[in-house]
Amino acid sequence: MSGLRARLRLEREQLRLDVDLAAPPRGLTALFGASGSGKTTTLRCIAGLTRANDGHVAFDDECWQDEGRGIFVPPHKRACGYVFQEASLFAHLSVRRNLEYARSRAPASLHAPGFEHTVEMLGLGALLARRTPSLSGGERQRVAIARALLANPRLLLMDEPLASLDAGRKGEILYYIERLRDEIGIPIVYVSHAIDEVVRLADTMVLLSEGRTVAAGPVAELASRLDLRPYLGRFEAGAVIEAAVAAHDLDYGLTRLVFEGGELYAPDVEALVGARLRLRIRSRDVSLALSRPADASFLNVLEGVVVELGQPQGAGVDVAVALGHNRIVARITRKSVDKLGLAPGKRVYALVKSVAIDRHSVGYA
Amino acid sequence: MSDWLAVWLTLRLAATTTVLLLLLGTPLAWWLARTRSPLKGPLGALVALPLVLPPTVLGFYLLVALGPGGPIGELTRSLGLGVLPFTFAGLVVGSVIYSLPFVVQPLQAAFEALGERPLEVAATLGAGALDRFFSVAVPLARPGFVAATILGFAHTVGEFGVVLMIGGNIPGATRVLSVALYDHVEALEYAPAHWLAAGMLAFSFLVLLAVYGRLPMRRAS
Repeated sequence: MSGLRARLRLEREQLRLDVDLAAPPRGLTALFGASGSGKTTTLRCIAGLTRANDGHVAFDDECWQDEGRGIFVPPHKRACGYVFQEASLFAHLSVRRNLEYARSRAPASLHAPGFEHTVEMLGLGALLARRTPSLSGGERQRVAIARALLANPRLLLMDEPLASLDAGRKGEILYYIERLRDEIGIPIVYVSHAIDEVVRLADTMVLLSEGRTVAAGPVAELASRLDLRPYLGRFEAGAVIEAAVAAHDLDYGLTRLVFEGGELYAPDVEALVGARLRLRIRSRDVSLALSRPADASFLNVLEGVVVELGQPQGAGVDVAVALGHNRIVARITRKSVDKLGLAPGKRVYALVKSVAIDRHSVGYA
Repeated sequence: MSDWLAVWLTLRLAATTTVLLLLLGTPLAWWLARTRSPLKGPLGALVALPLVLPPTVLGFYLLVALGPGGPIGELTRSLGLGVLPFTFAGLVVGSVIYSLPFVVQPLQAAFEALGERPLEVAATLGAGALDRFFSVAVPLARPGFVAATILGFAHTVGEFGVVLMIGGNIPGATRVLSVALYDHVEALEYAPAHWLAAGMLAFSFLVLLAVYGRLPMRRAS
């Protein structure tokens, strides 16, 4: 057994937490849920900043908390870095001194991240001499991430590091988070309530609702489960498919993406041929037809089999369609379901607007 | 000449008192700022008492407690220290109590304004409790320390009632500025009284200017 295991019980006035979670020793695990679902409290309990009434937290071969045996390791003795929602830089120190604060207290090890390398990875070279109040929101968050890394943690905890940033800054920080996910060899637990961030960044996902673990597993698997729709947000919910770039059609400005079960065109994806991407296809951008439409503008027509109908919600219902091993979910009206006679086993064509492939959610898998 | 001695004594008393108050007041303010103990209210009120109590009341009780028959007087005598009233040491004890709120309250406010976050950040970066206090809390509370030092010093310089009760009027030992001024007025020596009074006025204004002049700049940054 390695990686992070946590079982936490906590009673608060506004929150009852009863969470079980595991994060593998590599990659990024997203803690996903609506606000008030207990994500931040869970993260704080892992770091030891909040003490669960009854808890068991272990990382690799270390026990950080075991109330049964009276063990509670204080936060400064846990080898985990923490990036707070607001960057929380030390206002009395320059950028360089903020970073050195962490480095000088880091446990010595061969794997300790180099100062220069970390500064370069987060693009902080030009900021070192600056005073922290003069930094922009995105710059602060980058310094906070570098500072957490320089403490040489074995586990990195991030609490919605993009939440207080505007859209432009979000994209900038997402790029850096992807980079460190791929470059540093430690697991990351990432709290978010934005499904696009989760799809782009996470390998594994733990879904929390009202202080409880609802589901946990690979992102693509959870994203296409109809029973989890209410937790994933109806408007943004969609299936996740991993695809490879097959070719660029320069004349039309389109990229052909292939995956097991079909192929899709997306406008000008910035990736080399052969690169593997993760696509999110929102349910509201998928329609279904019984025959291949010959005279419609849809470029992406995928042939599949209906596998599951979700619980109707008002006029609408989610329909899961299998494309090989992949799944796509369409949000259509109940009336259409009856008109087309849709039921599990029925062959259908899923019509996807090519623009519906959200470029921001394209990640390297 | 004796007036200069009084000025020197006053400065010595204020400096000693301020140093002692910073040493005692910092842990007390830290505790008051962070505790959830039910003792916080009563202890906070006790610290604030010298703000509202007539100094003569404070001085009277100190005189009784520190005097030969008082509990503290018994203790100091049995320790071979003699009794404290009408000595410089007695004045220091009185001044520490008298100026306590002027040091503890700005420090407590500064510590409270820090919030938990910088300390939590420091903890996740591997800093233990003492390390967090000195490397994060103290530097971030610097304006509070500056205000506490200035106010504690200045308030001790302006002390009169307590000194009158437990210090008396011994040149070089307990005859501080305010007492010297009082003596001059009693003796109708208005010229030296003017010098001392004007000096105190100028000093007090400069001190307050230093405190209030700093605050808006801090806010702006």
